Amino acid sequence: MRFLSESTGMRIPCYSVLDGNGEIIVGSDYEQLSEEIAVKMYTSMVTLQMMDTIFYEAQRQGRISFYMTSTGEEAISIAAAAALTADDIILPQYREPGILLWRGFTIEEFASQCFGNKDDCGKGRQMPNHYGSKKLNFVTISSPIATQLPQAVGVAYSLKMDKKDACVVTYTGDGGTSEGDFHAALNFAAVTEAPVVFICRNNGWAISTNISEQFRSDGIVVRGRAYGIRSIRVDGNDALAVYSAIHTAREMAISEQMPVLVEALSYRVGHHSTSDDSTKYRSVDEIEYWKKVRDPVNRFRKWVERNGWWSEEEESELRSSMKKQLLQAIQVAEKTEKPPLKELFSDVYDVPPPNLREQEKQLRETIIRYPQDYPSDVPL
Amino acid sequence: MATIFQGLRGGAAAALTNSIDSKKLLSRSTRRSLSERKVSFPVVRSDGSVNLNPGGSNARARRVDQLITNAVATKADSSAASSTSKPGHELLLFEALREGLEEEMDRDPHVCVMGEDVGHYGGSYKVTRGLAVKYGDLRVLDTPIAENSFTGMGIGAAMTGLRPIVEGMNMGFLLLAFNQISNNCGMLHYTSGGQFTIPVVIRGPGGVGRQLGAEHSQRLESYFQSIPGIQMVACSTPYNAKGLMKAAIRSENPVILFEHVLLYNLKERIPDEEYICNLEEAEMVRPGEHVTILTYSRMRYHVMQAAKTLVNKGYDPEVIDIRSLKPFDLHMIGNSVKKTHRVLIVEECMRTGGIGASLTAAITENFHDYLDAPIVCLSSQDVPTPYAGTLEEWTVVQPAQIVTAVEQLCQ
Repeated sequence: MRFLSESTGMRIPCYSVLDGNGEIIVGSDYEQLSEEIAVKMYTSMVTLQMMDTIFYEAQRQGRISFYMTSTGEEAISIAAAAALTADDIILPQYREPGILLWRGFTIEEFASQCFGNKDDCGKGRQMPNHYGSKKLNFVTISSPIATQLPQAVGVAYSLKMDKKDACVVTYTGDGGTSEGDFHAALNFAAVTEAPVVFICRNNGWAISTNISEQFRSDGIVVRGRAYGIRSIRVDGNDALAVYSAIHTAREMAISEQMPVLVEALSYRVGHHSTSDDSTKYRSVDEIEYWKKVRDPVNRFRKWVERNGWWSEEEESELRSSMKKQLLQAIQVAEKTEKPPLKELFSDVYDVPPPNLREQEKQLRETIIRYPQDYPSDVPL
Repeated sequence: MATIFQGLRGGAAAALTNSIDSKKLLSRSTRRSLSERKVSFPVVRSDGSVNLNPGGSNARARRVDQLITNAVATKADSSAASSTSKPGHELLLFEALREGLEEEMDRDPHVCVMGEDVGHYGGSYKVTRGLAVKYGDLRVLDTPIAENSFTGMGIGAAMTGLRPIVEGMNMGFLLLAFNQISNNCGMLHYTSGGQFTIPVVIRGPGGVGRQLGAEHSQRLESYFQSIPGIQMVACSTPYNAKGLMKAAIRSENPVILFEHVLLYNLKERIPDEEYICNLEEAEMVRPGEHVTILTYSRMRYHVMQAAKTLVNKGYDPEVIDIRSLKPFDLHMIGNSVKKTHRVLIVEECMRTGGIGASLTAAITENFHDYLDAPIVCLSSQDVPTPYAGTLEEWTVVQPAQIVTAVEQLCQ
């Protein structure tokens, strides 16, 4: 009689390509990147980093109500997006706006969603940062954790029925893996042989819950085998490694029609959101270390510069023009009208039913009677 | 909500939309009698006669005759009425559900089914029997036991173009799927700014059965009724089961179709021709003058049984099967209240927060002036359903209680 030990003793090794100085580790295998893609990846990561800083400040100034940064995790979303095609459908958690940025969502569109104005394609209905774009195959973010995971299996099921040359990519954090939906989604994906790539952003923290309090297993990668799913652990702060791993995972998912689990190790440099102050539960030194020494954007920049594809001038040019664009976008979005009143009642159903039409009528009557209590930037 | 009517002239469908105009309903200066009402049932009735364009009292009288014939779908009635020369075919309610499902799966390759044991086992109540063999394992998908997850899966599939029907083995288990149903199914069309639609149908048996215990005897319609963005319907006869199943599948909104464990073996003769029932309409079971009795699902049969006793005692109850639990068909209900001025609601939900509670509020709010007496609502008690048969029988409203309530209401 032999019990399997609760741990294998050795931790599962982590796939990495670039070292801390942005030099290729000798002997590593990876997907070669063209200059064009590499530069686009780098500029997108810088843009994302700057957008996070400036929009976070805007919330602190009271201009938007809420914001969540992806600081420290830029490589996970952008390098992955670069390795996918436009047909691959994304079901995000909420820390992946990098994918939208890569696919062409404009700064102005991000700002419109955060301000909930009439240019928001979500019609001002969701919290800031809860982006969605059917055009860019990015499903609208829903706040409850891990609900997107079984939905991703359903989307993959739909792709399988249509035999499309595309896969589904869905994200969750380390905390999200504790949800029941994580278990069932992985189980379902394995049983139905669905072409889904599950990416877990293991960034060490779920608001104030450290991973040592979240699970006792060796991270998330070991769980894949429990479901019969092929898995890999990758350095989430290494853009080249993430690119290569996702590129390969996608091929496996589509050609072999099976799910793949990717655990991307990283660190959540920012607070959970603007409603959180992480210095309350972790040391400032720890945050500073990861921010300065282990920054994924700097690491990738060193590699790009060493290839002669980027320079100091281009850096300052990018940063100053991007700052202008971001500040301008916020100013414009702030002044833009909100969606009209009828959008409060539309899209609940395909056509507003009698009770909603009645409720809209009552609301309009109230507004006519008390116009001074009604906001001026919401057209009737 | 727009509902598709196959095989009907456009005019009838347009008239239908007009008939649910609540503005006309509320204005007292234009009290419309039933005979002036526009078409609501431009469908083939189950006795085979076609009712395409009724516009006057003649048509109403005709409809009255047809309806009384089909007041109660019991075995005795249909065997007495059936003969080899009658059109249509006889089947049981679960077969009617399957027929509707099969027709829709033939019609649209995007329609698929997912749930526990729906594939080769054929479904716990045989609703999906034979479908996996015909359409393959991919279109009739057996899922592992995780309601929240296969409901979530159905929602994901619906967002990308499929039209899934999610079966809960028992409605009570769908409480585990509440997160997906409320937060995603009901909300995603709205929060995505209309970009993603969720044309999913969630169905399963609920209600109090024969000694199934508390967890298998739940009435989930009361828990789901607040969720914005979903529609709820309850079927009660083979005819409306098939019609509602088809309408639900074709609807662009998420629809929850409530079936009842004890009604699956009801037999009725239904038309051979294709038909659909309107999701937002109630069904006039028995027109009358003295009191309006509103009910749905299994309680319809208890009400009709009580109706026989009441008729013998000289009362003339009007029985309406509300069918559409969200939204209520306040048009038909309102017209009935305006005629009889007395309302009795008979439901299987528990007293607190049930469908009857909402219906009472809606009627009081809209038709207060037409009521001659307070609305009476007969519901189950606020207790978990006991296993013991005698106790279980008394948590459900019985015909004797309905008769007593009507007698008191009509004093």
